[in-house]
Amino acid sequence: MTLNNPGQSGSTREQDLILHVQRGERELFYELVRPYERRVYAAALAILRNEQDAEDAAQEAMLKAFANIRQFRAEARFSTWLIQITVNEALMRRRRERTVVMEGLDNRRDAGRDNESEYAPREFADWREIPSEALERKEVRQRLAEALATLDRKYREVFVLRDMEHLNIQETAEALGITVASVKTRLLRARLMLRDLLAAGWEQGWFSRLPFEKGNKPW
Amino acid sequence: MVVNQKMLNCEQVWREVSNYVDGEVDAALRSTMEEHFRTCKRCASVLAGTRNVAQLYGDDRMLEVPAGFSRRLEKRLAKDAAVKGSGWSSWSAWLVPVAAIALIAGSLLLVNSLTRGHFIRSHQALPGNNIPPDLQVVVSNGSKVFHVAGCPFIHDKASERTMTAKEAMQEGYVPCTRCLRQYLKTELTGHSGIVIADSGSAEEEEEQGEVLSVAGH
Repeated sequence: MTLNNPGQSGSTREQDLILHVQRGERELFYELVRPYERRVYAAALAILRNEQDAEDAAQEAMLKAFANIRQFRAEARFSTWLIQITVNEALMRRRRERTVVMEGLDNRRDAGRDNESEYAPREFADWREIPSEALERKEVRQRLAEALATLDRKYREVFVLRDMEHLNIQETAEALGITVASVKTRLLRARLMLRDLLAAGWEQGWFSRLPFEKGNKPW
Repeated sequence: MVVNQKMLNCEQVWREVSNYVDGEVDAALRSTMEEHFRTCKRCASVLAGTRNVAQLYGDDRMLEVPAGFSRRLEKRLAKDAAVKGSGWSSWSAWLVPVAAIALIAGSLLLVNSLTRGHFIRSHQALPGNNIPPDLQVVVSNGSKVFHVAGCPFIHDKASERTMTAKEAMQEGYVPCTRCLRQYLKTELTGHSGIVIADSGSAEEEEEQGEVLSVAGH
């Protein structure tokens, strides 16, 4: 079943869909969440780092969102609410996993000395801009995803929620149960590290076939 | 952060560059930083790179899902709707008993799996009773799944280790539903004394079969 108001703006249409689902038209739920399914999966993957587990968690999060949709309040953003449920689900699963024990030890080691801001970025005379058109190429997307996957989880999670899921700083802090100050310092560190990784990618030829503006200097 | 604006050095600029990109610095600091960027190529490069990173990763094209993800999600939601009934009242009424049954069934299966020597930890995971015990398989860090060498779903390939299927299962790994599908599928279609992890009904069993059939892309 589909709502017959194609002229509606995205947000009005979404509000309508939410109301209908809240009133029991469960067949509209997939239509409601479909625009966010990729974001839900990315959030789960950032935390679980395994495709199968992330897909599992994403599906479970959707079911939980549906089960609790009557608790959703219109003043919140639906996408943010959905991502927060996903983050909760993924974090809960990770706590159950044996492998977390090791990561948990790493995190405890770092706790208390939140010195993320001390990271010194690599020096370059000029930054060689990677145009967003480069994302048309699968291998570029893959390289970027691999670079992201190398970050420690505390940096990766904040970065994904903030820069890929577009949660604001406060929402990111709430979703992960950390302070706003921690979000800011971790985000800074994540962005600087990724900048350096992408720069290293240039040196390894990841972006070698990209078009350049004349006059741009290599580092 | 309190910064002496007249003494702003490169390190202080780096610490604030992310906040600057996000518009999280006050007007005075912003203006001082802008002045710094105009005269310091090194910090201008840090700013350009930081912006570039945020812009690239913030692009929707970076949000990729595995093949068949949408179809499987839609199926799962539809299945859930069919199982739970169509009305809210029936959903609410069933929620508590269903949760209770799931809890009891889960406990029983946990005991069962522990006594069998391994613990199935994912609801997608299936017991690999038909997998040849001496089959060479690959496991890796950060995942509970074992694979045939070369499977595209191997997590953290750098940490791959090879062992036999029997050893992998003894260590608590479960078979990949993609690359070891042929063995798992036989189990599902055979219906001969099969125990499906954390499923207590024929419907669940059917669902697992569906997952396997679409997962083999």
